[in-house]
Amino acid sequence: MKVVVDMNKCQDHGQCVFAAPDVFSLDDDGRLAYVPDADEALRDEVEEAADVCPLQAIRIEG
Amino acid sequence: MTGTIVVAGGSMGGLRAAEQLRAAGWTGSVTVVGDEPHMPYNRPPLSKDVLAGKAPFASLAFTPKASAADVEWLLGTKVVAARLDERTVALDDGRALSYDGLVVATGMRPRRLRCPGPLAGRHTVRTLDDAKGLRDELTGPGVRLVVVGAGFIGCEVAATAVRLGVTEVTVVDPLPLPMAGPLGELLGRALLKRHEERGVRFALGTGVAGFRGDERVTGVVLSDGRVLPADVVVESVGSVANVEWLDGNGLDLADGVLTDDRLRVGGRPDVVAVGDVARFPNARYDGVPRRVEHWSIPTDTARHAAKTLVAGLTGADAGPGPFAPLPTFWSDQHDFRLQSFGAPGLGTDDVRVLDGDPEGDVLVGYHTGGRLVGVVALGGPATATAAARYRAQLLKSPALTP
Ligand SMILES: Cc1cc2nc3c(=O)[nH]c(=O)nc-3n(C[C@H](O)[C@H](O)[C@H](O)COP(=O)(O)OP(=O)(O)OC[C@H]3O[C@@H](n4cnc5c(N)ncnc54)[C@H](O)[C@@H]3O)c2cc1C
Repeated sequence: MKVVVDMNKCQDHGQCVFAAPDVFSLDDDGRLAYVPDADEALRDEVEEAADVCPLQAIRIEG
Repeated sequence: MTGTIVVAGGSMGGLRAAEQLRAAGWTGSVTVVGDEPHMPYNRPPLSKDVLAGKAPFASLAFTPKASAADVEWLLGTKVVAARLDERTVALDDGRALSYDGLVVATGMRPRRLRCPGPLAGRHTVRTLDDAKGLRDELTGPGVRLVVVGAGFIGCEVAATAVRLGVTEVTVVDPLPLPMAGPLGELLGRALLKRHEERGVRFALGTGVAGFRGDERVTGVVLSDGRVLPADVVVESVGSVANVEWLDGNGLDLADGVLTDDRLRVGGRPDVVAVGDVARFPNARYDGVPRRVEHWSIPTDTARHAAKTLVAGLTGADAGPGPFAPLPTFWSDQHDFRLQSFGAPGLGTDDVRVLDGDPEGDVLVGYHTGGRLVGVVALGGPATATAAARYRAQLLKSPALTP
């Protein structure tokens, strides 16, 4: 599963980190980092992360 | 699985409900009826980036999940009545729809001030069209803006107006501090200072008695007798639930629609409510039903309510247990962000700084009976990382009344 975050939209809310901590994280400055090729087993969490992103910046491909 | 589920309300709650019905295994038909002409779009940017001209309207639309591709959307259509005993809803185009299951997702509309004076020049901010209309009036030269209501939306609009270069921005509220209702005095004072330093003026401790002007508003008359000159007024004085269409069914519609702890309406297995309109008890706290107007709630309620409804209609499983979300909200104003987890409003008898200080980045804890029930972070993005630690703690706390 390919995860794409539109970094122009992302405003570092961190809601995705709570929903899918294996895929998304915030660094010490509060900036988002993520795993673009996420394990298929994490699909449910990544879908939840996409739902809770206030900017709707997360897309799942495939 | 055959049958039809009708979703009343075509915004975020309606969309999430439709998607979550599919996720919960419903393969029958789903029809969403929404009175706005648009597909569901994201509201928080309306008072922030949309008003500032930084987010094109097209960027607000939610992208429905592939699983919801066969959902039928009746847009620009209003539900005007429901007969729950007969399982039908009436639409404003004269049609009636029969359903097996009904989702109430009709949300809120802004409350309006009922004082004398002209209507032209007075705005509310709830819809795309509202935000566009307000932006058009704020971008002229020398505009004086009065915002009535120092809650989150009022303060966001004031902050955005300053960013737009509006000449004079004044916020009026009968309370002594902005956002003090939900956040208490400590943060209310810190926020007042930050807003004033960035150019927002306040008239606090006074209400609005009326509006000046013939055709169009020229001033706001305060209850203490002062008159604030105004070219544009924004009323952000709370909201009213869109529940009139449910009248006549013996429901408790006193403030939104009352649900049980599974989000069922009126004790029925075939009607659930989601989003801002739902007044539900939260098993995480004290069992008192409340409405929660946070962006996270349409998604949280839809997940739970869809499972409840599908279980109620098919009898295939017991459905989910009691609903117990951890409320979260944020608010972006000027160059700072507020981020809240839990229920600060339930912990206002003991409000303490947990980390940082109110002059800079700060984390504030709200307690009741010695227990932490809510955390609010104020500052730049890094405060969110610190707040996350406390969020985990809040998630683990047992219910207030077990
Ligand atoms: C300007 C603004 C800024 C916000 N900013 C934030 C923020 O920063 N952070 C945060 O946490 N939350 C924020 N919120 C709150 C958040 O947007 C709401 O909680 C959320 O939109 C609620 O979604 P909903 O679907 O329950 O209700 P609504 O969005 O109100 O949707 C209800 C829909 O139903 C339609 N409808 C009503 N009656 C009928 C009927 N009889 N028939 C058919 N359709 C009907 C309405 O027109 C509407 O489209 C903000 C809200 C606004 C307005």
